[in-house]
Amino acid sequence: MERYYQQEIECASRDEIVAIQNKKLKEQVKHVWENVPYYRKKMEKKGITPEDIQSIEDLHKLPFLSKYDLRDSYPYGLLGVPKNQVVRIHSTSGTTGKRVVAFYTQGDIDLWEDCCARAIMAAGGSEEDVCQISYGFGLFTGGAGLNGGSHKVGCMTVPISSGNTERQIMFIQDLQASIICCTPSYAAYLGESMKEMGLGPDDIPLKAGIFGAEAWSEEMRAEIEKTMGIKAYDIYGLTELSGPGVAFECSAQTGMHINEDHFIAEIIDPDTEEVLPEGTWGELVFTAIDKKAFPMLRYRTRDICRLTREKCSCGRTHVKMDKPRGRSDDMLIIRGVNVFPSQIETVLLEHGYQANYQIIVGRENNTDTLDVHVEMTPEMFTDNVTDITKAQKELVAGLRSMLGITAKVTLVAPKSITRSEGKAVRVIDNRKI
Amino acid sequence: MSVKQVSIFLENKPGKMCEMTDVLAANKINMRALSLAETEGFGIVRIIVDDVYDATTVLKDAGYINKLTSVVIVAIPDSPGGLKHVLEVLASKQINLDYMYALSTAASSDQAYMVLRVNDHKAAEAAFTKAGIKVVTQEEIAEL
Repeated sequence: MERYYQQEIECASRDEIVAIQNKKLKEQVKHVWENVPYYRKKMEKKGITPEDIQSIEDLHKLPFLSKYDLRDSYPYGLLGVPKNQVVRIHSTSGTTGKRVVAFYTQGDIDLWEDCCARAIMAAGGSEEDVCQISYGFGLFTGGAGLNGGSHKVGCMTVPISSGNTERQIMFIQDLQASIICCTPSYAAYLGESMKEMGLGPDDIPLKAGIFGAEAWSEEMRAEIEKTMGIKAYDIYGLTELSGPGVAFECSAQTGMHINEDHFIAEIIDPDTEEVLPEGTWGELVFTAIDKKAFPMLRYRTRDICRLTREKCSCGRTHVKMDKPRGRSDDMLIIRGVNVFPSQIETVLLEHGYQANYQIIVGRENNTDTLDVHVEMTPEMFTDNVTDITKAQKELVAGLRSMLGITAKVTLVAPKSITRSEGKAVRVIDNRKI
Repeated sequence: MSVKQVSIFLENKPGKMCEMTDVLAANKINMRALSLAETEGFGIVRIIVDDVYDATTVLKDAGYINKLTSVVIVAIPDSPGGLKHVLEVLASKQINLDYMYALSTAASSDQAYMVLRVNDHKAAEAAFTKAGIKVVTQEEIAEL
């Protein structure tokens, strides 16, 4: 049976959702106009005032915000409330050098935790569950967000944070944890460790996992589900928009429902910045319509994504986003070809390797080089050099057909690639261009 | 009758072989024979030890991927033409030799020992025995 945290809103009709969005958007634009001079200047530059935004149809008139705005306005330039109303901050490393610092009022935290509670219940969670939060706690939003959501659902919450794999497994076994929340790469690592300890899917009490904060493929999902005997749910979010829970997966596992009563999603062409029709791949842009301390309007996520509004078997009506195909800023351009790390991951898994890899991009004689480091596994290892070299060549051919360019494959020792208690370092770009 | 060789995956980088031998040394495991096959990126170390179980356990615990492979160890007279005689036996039976390396013996002896990896170790053992060439068993390695 499908569980909902706030069924009325999660299953509201399209008209009801649009009415909520219209009302909240108008209020939010007024709030930002009055309290965030940085954004007001941007609006004035475009010659618009809050009067121009009467409904979500007018959303496209508003200026965008990007990582560069966060850098330029650091730290307090986008703060929307007096400091004495802020009860917490979270922070993440920014891709442009400066850290992103996001602010929260108590109300902001409440609505964020509501979103996380929806995600946990969509994964089958209830007050009967023991929910282990293995995301990092601290400045990172993962731990705090899911921890709050788990409280709201009424789960017995285990705020273990990331790392210390032996202790993680001990708590899962001893407390009979039924739900785990962490990054997918850490989930894969935990699964591997449990397998090494001789624990099969039937010995592991977990039934569901909520995994996010980094890109992962369907193949990786299948592997985690098989190793741990769980159902693995995707969750999406970013610090700028509160954290995990902006969108979450339901039992259908065919995309993540965006919490549309809090966030309006658009897809744009990253080059022309034009809004694209629903169903088209493009850059995902979010407008947070009721977050007060850090009110992001038309924030460019750099995630390449697609929205679909087909009726969902879970009963929820909120629009669904696909797993982002990559990020328009961590997409690699190698010898003129667009390369997404997730494509490389897919090929590795298809060829029987594990998703423990590192992509090293370099430059020799003015030509880009692509070196994929893959960890050797007991399954792939034989005493025969010819056989290993042959498998290596097949992998090179597989990568070439997927990417359109030739990559060098280097086999490295097991567990030699840095991972994964936080986010795995997947790409090292040594080019100085 | 065949002997188990331990094959270990190593990265082809400075110090990797040294780290591996350190694991064996720390666990007081003596190698009786060793051969190294290398490619640009990785290598396979093949070793013969007295106790295969001990060696594979400590290697696995230290994070090394390893596999057991059946090999044939033969005793040959330590004199010119000794090896040729052994290889003639294989050739006459159309048994292919993949690789071979020498095994060290503790005492001075008039016998040399060779580790052979062939495509059919059972056929090779039968042919050697018939030709009067001594085939060494796993138990006998410790006494060599």
